[in-house]
Amino acid sequence: MKTPDPAPRLDLAAIRARLNGARGQQYWRSLDEISETPEFKEMLQREFPNGASEWDDGVSRRSFLKMAAASLALAGLTACTKQPVREILPYVKQPEELVPGEPLFYATSMPLGGYATGVLAKSREGHPIKVDGNPEHPASRGASSIWMQASILDLYDPDRSQAFTHDGEISTWSDFIAELNEIAREQQTQHGAGLRFLTETITSPTLAAQLDALLKKFPQAKLHQFDAISRDNVREGARVAFGELVETQHRFDKAAVILSLESDFLYTHPQRLRYTRDFTDGRRVSGGKQEMNRLYVIESTPSVTGAMADHRLPLGSGEIEKVARRIASRFGIAANSASDTQDPQLESWVSAVVGDLEKNRGKSIIIAGESQPPMVHALCHLLNDKLGNVGNTLFYTEPAEFRPTNQLESLRELVQEMNSGAVQTLFILGGNPVFSAPVDFDFPAALPKVKRSIYLATDFDETAALCTWHIPQAHYLESWGDGKSFDGTVTLQQPLIEPLYGGKTAFEILGILFRQQPIRDDYENVREYWQSQKPGPDFKTQWRRAVHDGFIAGTALPEKKPGLKTEAITAALNSNKSGGAELELVFRPDPSVWDGRFANNGWLQECARPVTKLTWDNAVLVSPALAQRNQLTTDDVVELEFNGRKLRGPVWVQPGQAENTVALQLGYGRSRVGRVGRGVGFNSYLLRDSQSLWRSAGLKITRLNDRQHLVATQTHHNLHSPERQIYREGSLEEFRSDTQFVKKSLDQPANEDTLYNTDEYKYEGYKWGMSIDLTTCIGCNACLLACNAENNIPVVGKEQVNKNREMYWIRIDTYYKGPLDNPEFSHMPVPCMQCEHAPCELVCPVEATVHDHEGLNLQIYNRCVGTRFCSNNCPYKVRRFNFLWYADYKTPSFKPMYNPDVTVRWRGVMEKCTYCIQRISRARITAEKENRLIREGEIQTACQQACPASAIVFGDLNTPGSKVAALKTNPLDYAMLGELNTRPRTTYLAKLRNPNSEIENKPTASS
Amino acid sequence: MAQIFRKSSNSFARASLVGGFVFFFGFFGIVYAVYRSPYTTDVNVPLAQPAPFSHQHHVGGLGLDCRYCHTSVENSAFAGLPPTETCMTCHSQVWKNAPVLAPVRESLATGLPIAWKRVNLVPDFVFFNHSIHVQKGVGCSTCHGAVDRMPITWRAHSLYMRWCLDCHEAPQKFLRPRDQIFNVEWQAPPDQLARGQKLIAEYHISTNRLEQLRDCSMCHR
Repeated sequence: MKTPDPAPRLDLAAIRARLNGARGQQYWRSLDEISETPEFKEMLQREFPNGASEWDDGVSRRSFLKMAAASLALAGLTACTKQPVREILPYVKQPEELVPGEPLFYATSMPLGGYATGVLAKSREGHPIKVDGNPEHPASRGASSIWMQASILDLYDPDRSQAFTHDGEISTWSDFIAELNEIAREQQTQHGAGLRFLTETITSPTLAAQLDALLKKFPQAKLHQFDAISRDNVREGARVAFGELVETQHRFDKAAVILSLESDFLYTHPQRLRYTRDFTDGRRVSGGKQEMNRLYVIESTPSVTGAMADHRLPLGSGEIEKVARRIASRFGIAANSASDTQDPQLESWVSAVVGDLEKNRGKSIIIAGESQPPMVHALCHLLNDKLGNVGNTLFYTEPAEFRPTNQLESLRELVQEMNSGAVQTLFILGGNPVFSAPVDFDFPAALPKVKRSIYLATDFDETAALCTWHIPQAHYLESWGDGKSFDGTVTLQQPLIEPLYGGKTAFEILGILFRQQPIRDDYENVREYWQSQKPGPDFKTQWRRAVHDGFIAGTALPEKKPGLKTEAITAALNSNKSGGAELELVFRPDPSVWDGRFANNGWLQECARPVTKLTWDNAVLVSPALAQRNQLTTDDVVELEFNGRKLRGPVWVQPGQAENTVALQLGYGRSRVGRVGRGVGFNSYLLRDSQSLWRSAGLKITRLNDRQHLVATQTHHNLHSPERQIYREGSLEEFRSDTQFVKKSLDQPANEDTLYNTDEYKYEGYKWGMSIDLTTCIGCNACLLACNAENNIPVVGKEQVNKNREMYWIRIDTYYKGPLDNPEFSHMPVPCMQCEHAPCELVCPVEATVHDHEGLNLQIYNRCVGTRFCSNNCPYKVRRFNFLWYADYKTPSFKPMYNPDVTVRWRGVMEKCTYCIQRISRARITAEKENRLIREGEIQTACQQACPASAIVFGDLNTPGSKVAALKTNPLDYAMLGELNTRPRTTYLAKLRNPNSEIENKPTASS
Repeated sequence: MAQIFRKSSNSFARASLVGGFVFFFGFFGIVYAVYRSPYTTDVNVPLAQPAPFSHQHHVGGLGLDCRYCHTSVENSAFAGLPPTETCMTCHSQVWKNAPVLAPVRESLATGLPIAWKRVNLVPDFVFFNHSIHVQKGVGCSTCHGAVDRMPITWRAHSLYMRWCLDCHEAPQKFLRPRDQIFNVEWQAPPDQLARGQKLIAEYHISTNRLEQLRDCSMCHR
């Protein structure tokens, strides 16, 4: 097997010089582009890199013979084979509501990080095929995260654990029940002294009630909670500020100015979907509204939220507290900031922000991230109070969690007890602590000291391997349950399918500890709990209503008015000081695999991470300045040394990273994982100790004489060159002074000459079109994953992605602008443009890509012979060729996952975005049957439906008053490469930024 | 010098020219014939089923409506196949112990479905929708033939794309009045073309839609 070549070594000094020179105001895509390496120049001219279109994959003798036999069969015999006889299996007893061929939707909820998000799961003939947000649920509002979309693949994952194991041997449920009864008997006598529960964050009311009762029954038993992506700092911050644990609920739609201190509230916050919708609503300029919010972000490593900032300040994670103190002192808080060194550029930045906050009292939000110490959170509470934001743009509630606690201390205590031998029986309900616990706790060493450890999880992972019992857990689409969303709304979870692999739930296991007779299943447990909560004759109606809706309306937590302990905060401010400017290490949840739980999900592994665009890998993210100083370049393997621990990994030079920050994503390098996640990345947890959960200073970085190729899609399908105005943007000021500025800025010739027969299609019926708003797109990948699930798009693997052969129908291009150390980020989702004058159609020799009367540019798979002429002629590079047999036809468990309305494409066939033609078709048939036209909003494409920012709008351009038709008349509307007269149906709304005129020269990282 | 070719070679040459020509076209003719023959298309070839279900008896004899069993034909892409319970509504009373019905009884007893063989099948890249055809005046027998005369069901038409297009290009030749859709013995009247044109208007099939019926996207996606 040929190993991919690592990237060429780049001269960062030269790149910097170029950017400081003439190219400063232009967009750039990657470091290779600015340095104008010959490899890059060649790449720009080609559709695929050299060699990608040829068959150069190693062929073993066996596979050669297999292929030879297959080609013989295909070449010689296709015309002579008959269609095989297939079977058709009707039901024995048909379920009442099920109509074969028609989907059913069920409201349920997906838990992640303890919090529930209401989802609507689509089922066809009894198997779930798609998950989307529940439009009525307050936490999702119909939007999706990538994890929601990808959870369908997790459900059918053949690598999920499928058997009970006891001491490594396959066991049975009845043996396990016997063991549980034994435990109950044993602990009864000692009041649970040796009994411990370790869970993730819990919001499930049923589970909470069960645990409460168990802890009452076994008074000496203890509950510990631990999430690797913990919100301890948020909790402790509230404790400092209010003396009690309260949760902050933000209303981003009401905020005019937002200052984020390393808070990635659009992507990693539990309330991410709601916040994204609110935030982007406050940013959309439409109709008469010419106002938009302004976002300031201070962060160490670029995040999704940071990339949306109007002003982004890269700053070491440890230095953010200083800035927070400085801002606080401007508002008259004795924040002990005077002694810090003064950086004039930083000072002017702070002044501008303070001025802006001052002007927008009661209309601003200051929010700190999970990675910031409690002090910063306390300061945020204090500042929000000072600015009069409390009650306006944010309010406080009780936490939605059950028994909120400092999870790190909770785990520390548990590990100590495990080591001392006090723990006889440990129930671990999910979470994989062997992999994700802080390395200094040495959880893997402590676990075998426990006599009985019982682990409930969906996968046989690192923790399962060390536990005496492993119980396969039912997926959320397979079991009953409940939970609370971040705002407290009780969300019910109902199954769509029987557990595929005999999974069980925590409810059942805990129920047996109570000696429930007969053993009650998940449904009975959940229902009984709610019956006990809402006794009365109309419970049945209420229950049915709640299951139907997926949540109980009106259960959001009431506003709470905690007293702010100003003196306590200032006292703490004086005692607490943060560290210096040495090299710091920060940890981040991975944008795809989160804390590692999604490591075996191919869709998530392959989707290009927001910002870095890496696939199938994590990396040591370093700033260009640090790279220059240490002579590092992307793909160099480095050794990180921190607190005496060492770790190796490849470097990724990330523009916009704070100079002295090295960032690691968690969740890779899993040692016990299924086929997909095996050997992917390196395990960052090996450096993460309890002192440095998020950030710590004192890292040493050494370049090793080795290189490892990282695959990023940033340079793939590149259309960009500085002369082409692919990406267009302006400031709100510009827009206010001249709304037509985008149209005027175009050097697009008004050339309507064409060789096409313009009378051929009149588009008198429906005329489909799409508008993508670049102002609100946050680049979160939800559209991409939704498209994947809807359109049966295959995963190709790292090696194939390296050859530009990824199959995603939408890509999100990220553009950089400005200096290397602090560029502006811009995202652009690019699906097929559905051109009216489509260049692809002209060149197809077999008419496999043709036009239809509604203006769709069709790809007919069964006609396609794979010449790839269409793709060569596509100026947008949106066509994807199935080079190898990418679709998985063989794995039995994947068969029910495919969307039966979409062809599963085979090798040698071109494919591309279809505007979700299957949805159009379904709506058209429904409308035709009712003798009416398709209504506005009746069709949502998968990407549009998923988008948390509502950045994608699809509809009929011929319907007067349709949303998309209105957007096409928006002055910001422009067609990508419109000068080619391809007349694309998908157009963009140029990006608007809302910069503060007082910040002119963006400061680089303070050094 | 002796001649290399004898005089008869001329005849051979002529014959081989003609023969080559005949062979060439004959070969393709045979391939085409095989392609269109029931051997490939399965048209008019009865397919053995687990239980010898007779449409002739149930539809022709007893006069059951198509929708008694194919319940979703009016509102789903898939016409639906009756669950075992539907069979047993009658067969728990009549022919209770008939040996031919053993698979049906077994299905009900075991809860395992009866594995019928598919008679009408289009490839996976074709998305046919029953409901819209039925709604717009395409009768069952237009595609499925006179099932009331099939003791064992067979395919009535090739279901080739050309055959689909025959109707998609000129629906007026095939459309029926709404009350005749499920009449499997329906025959086109002599003035079908004129009636068909009227039905097109009656079914609200616009000119636009008529043109669109030939778009690839109608069936392929």
